[in-house]
Amino acid sequence: MRLAAILAAAALTGAIAQEPPRPYPSKGGIEFQSPTVRAMQVDEFANPGLLWVERGQASWNQRCVGCHGDAKQSMKGASARHPRFDPVLGRVVNLEQRIDACIVTKQKAAPLPYESEELLGLTAFVGAQSRGIPMQVSIDGPGRATYERGKALYNERQGQFNLACHHCHDSNYGRKMLHDTVSQGHPVDWPAYRLEWQTMGSLHRRLRACYFGVRAEMPPYGAPDLVALELYLGARAQGLAASVPGVRR
Amino acid sequence: MLGRLQVPPTAKKGEPFEIRVLVQHPMETGFRRDMNGQSIPMHIVNKLSCTYGGRKVFSAEMGTGMSANPYMSFYAVAQASGEVVVEWSDDRGDTGRVTATIQVS
Amino acid sequence: MKRRDFVIAVPAMAALPAVAQQQFARTQDVAPLIAKLANGVKPEAGGVEVELPAVAENGNSVPIKVKVPSPMTEADHVSAIHIIADRNPRSLVATFNLGPGSGRAEIATRIRLAGSQRLTVLAALSGNRYRISQQDVLVTSAACLDDSL
Repeated sequence: MRLAAILAAAALTGAIAQEPPRPYPSKGGIEFQSPTVRAMQVDEFANPGLLWVERGQASWNQRCVGCHGDAKQSMKGASARHPRFDPVLGRVVNLEQRIDACIVTKQKAAPLPYESEELLGLTAFVGAQSRGIPMQVSIDGPGRATYERGKALYNERQGQFNLACHHCHDSNYGRKMLHDTVSQGHPVDWPAYRLEWQTMGSLHRRLRACYFGVRAEMPPYGAPDLVALELYLGARAQGLAASVPGVRR
Repeated sequence: MLGRLQVPPTAKKGEPFEIRVLVQHPMETGFRRDMNGQSIPMHIVNKLSCTYGGRKVFSAEMGTGMSANPYMSFYAVAQASGEVVVEWSDDRGDTGRVTATIQVS
Repeated sequence: MKRRDFVIAVPAMAALPAVAQQQFARTQDVAPLIAKLANGVKPEAGGVEVELPAVAENGNSVPIKVKVPSPMTEADHVSAIHIIADRNPRSLVATFNLGPGSGRAEIATRIRLAGSQRLTVLAALSGNRYRISQQDVLVTSAACLDDSL
């Protein structure tokens, strides 16, 4: 009887160690940035990410407007619903891959490489059409397995530092690491302009930087693992309003 | 080259109004190296000027100490309704230009 | 190597780290640059308002605002604002040229700072007059560095 109680307690703590509670209340990454960076993000003119949004609009007018019309209507909420399962491709794709799939299958053109100015621009422009719209990714149905994979990755210790995502972003958010405040790790403002990069970057670039930070091997851009992680992060940020383009330190 | 220019849509005659400029440019310092250890050559916007109603109201000479995607704000006195033109050039001879109009009452 | 040379060389080697440290000049002497920009005139301290974050969290982009109280008339105006960072490899960050058409001697921009240092703002006024403001800026670095990815 006593043994059973101990085992049950051990199982319970084991479960807690595996999946710590999600941050509550959810706060977007910008809330953990300094007043200077916040001012830069909310500036409707001088947020440097808006240069990419403008570039993306020019690409939209060349490539996309013929089928999709006015992005304000057709792309409203699109980025808040990504990553999502694509029945044609038979897998979960993020916004970058969704755009590239459209370019390859519909326009019969070469895909835009990750981190190219044009793909960053289009992603930022489409992302900006979801400003203020709460994240709402679907994890039921065919995308479920990808979600589970992302969740497992999030909770898995990695790299020489032997850290899982949750060690920083669930258990220690709001605390200081050097002069940085650890965020809750929500993906809602991406792609974002990072001062460290001095340019715009995709969420995958940011996630790769996290892998680098814990001295783990970085998955390539667009890797299934990064998309799975992105889906888990999207589900974890459910209800948080998107605000692309973000600005980060 | 891509740039953004912001002026208020209207201004009162004789009063200064703010002009804001944002230019897309890497502003490479020439001190960085790429992943292969190769030096990345310097590449910066070094000159920018602004005219309002055909008259020069502002100019800047910039070095490598300016941030990437340079931003600046300055003022001009409202005289008459007209065009604000901002032009810039980099050290490779590439140029950019943005314009905006202002109504003065 | 002769014993005598060795005896001389060893203390010299021990002194090497100290010498090497001294060779990395932490800051440049910007006095000649200021003198050149100010046309040899000694700038008057004060009369230049500089707004900077107390702690600049990334040296790649530090917002700065400069305001020089001036009537900005044809006879009495600010003609230029220079920003000088003495620890930057090229210390003259930028020169902004203004005139009576500006109406207000106020500029804002974003600059790079190669570490904590003394920032100098020099304003040139009509009549070969100059004003100067100097202040120390603390520049920190981020915990999550990943440049060159």
